Amino acid sequence: MEIKVCGPGCASCEQAQKTVEAALVAKGVEATVTKVTDFQEIAQLGIFSTPAVVIDGEVKCVGRAPNQKEVEGWLG
Amino acid sequence: MEPINLFTKGDATPNTQRGKLLVAGALGLVFWYLIYMQLEPFSFFFAYSLLGLEKGSHLGEAIQFFVYDTPKVMLLLTLIVFVIGMVRSFFTQERTRKYLAGKRETGGNVMAALLGIVTPFCSCSAVPLFIGFVQAGVPLGVTFSFLVAAPMVNEIALVLLYGLLGWKVAALYLGTGLLIAMVSGWVIGRLKLEHWIEDWVQELRAGEAIVIEEKLTWTDRVTRGREAVRDIVGKVWIYVVAGIGVGAAIHGYVPEDFMATIMGKDAWWSVPAAVVVGIPMYSNAAGIVPVVEALLGKGAALGTVLAFMMSVIALSLPEMVILRKVLKPKLIAVFIAVVGMGILFTGYLFNLVI
Repeated sequence: MEIKVCGPGCASCEQAQKTVEAALVAKGVEATVTKVTDFQEIAQLGIFSTPAVVIDGEVKCVGRAPNQKEVEGWLG
Repeated sequence: MEPINLFTKGDATPNTQRGKLLVAGALGLVFWYLIYMQLEPFSFFFAYSLLGLEKGSHLGEAIQFFVYDTPKVMLLLTLIVFVIGMVRSFFTQERTRKYLAGKRETGGNVMAALLGIVTPFCSCSAVPLFIGFVQAGVPLGVTFSFLVAAPMVNEIALVLLYGLLGWKVAALYLGTGLLIAMVSGWVIGRLKLEHWIEDWVQELRAGEAIVIEEKLTWTDRVTRGREAVRDIVGKVWIYVVAGIGVGAAIHGYVPEDFMATIMGKDAWWSVPAAVVVGIPMYSNAAGIVPVVEALLGKGAALGTVLAFMMSVIALSLPEMVILRKVLKPKLIAVFIAVVGMGILFTGYLFNLVI
């Protein structure tokens, strides 16, 4: 599983990243988590508000940091 | 604040769920109000009866002020952040962008400034937001109205101004902040500066904008409100307490009219000085308002202080550095100049009128 956390690296982006990692641990799922900070790259994904979470190419949430329950739901 | 557990997703039908939420909300509000009403009597009791301090003494005044203002501001902050958090669950940047894409200037500037208040926004998402707006065909001036209003008209600033300085100052701040956002966006639109956007933004072949339509129940919206409270109040309470502490000390000990000579009405140069000093300063509203209150209490003029505060919040160096990625330096200079003029004008106006 491949997870991308998009955002330039402000407080709410950091929080999104932490939430994702915590959810992975809680569910015991293995995944590579990458940070995408380049605005051009983010825009090419069709994301215009950050933070955003992309799981296996599918954008799960844009413009806010999700809570852990939500992320666990996306992990299946 | 919400005494009843609201995480009862699943089995309940939406209607009974909504009923439960309404009852919980009403109870919470009554509870909130009862506590709020006790704060002032309690602070007097605490300072003058319990500690036995003398009324009118420096220490007594400072302590009574601190014991009254801190819980008052925290209660107001919690309520407003909760409500705004719920309101914001109705607005997303995607929806705002879609809405503004079809708008012309003038009307668009007004809408953009208003949406700037309720659309969730943090200064580091300014760049993706800007790219999205440009790609969706939102006029440049309208985009700027949004970018000015979003940080400037800030719910924390409003609550603190209301709590510490009264509703008139809060209303003035809200009104002039919106007006500056509308007018400066409109002016930038008139100047036709589209060629000063960085080329890559215009050439970018961005992906189709992704819109996630969430079906939110009222329970979800309440959860959003609670998350906002935990997030924002959890982050800013320390600034609020520290700020009120400093304010309380100044309240009790610094002589009246101390600030009058440098930030008073008669010093004409104090307004531009306040704006210039405010630009490189970067503070969130929670840190700046208690300082503002202390300045006002010691004879600084309201216009000068408002100008200072707006400059600190709305024109911040870090945001300019971020925006530099999508705007050429000339456009950033115009942005600072136009908004700065608006703030300057507001400062002089209030010094003149009040």
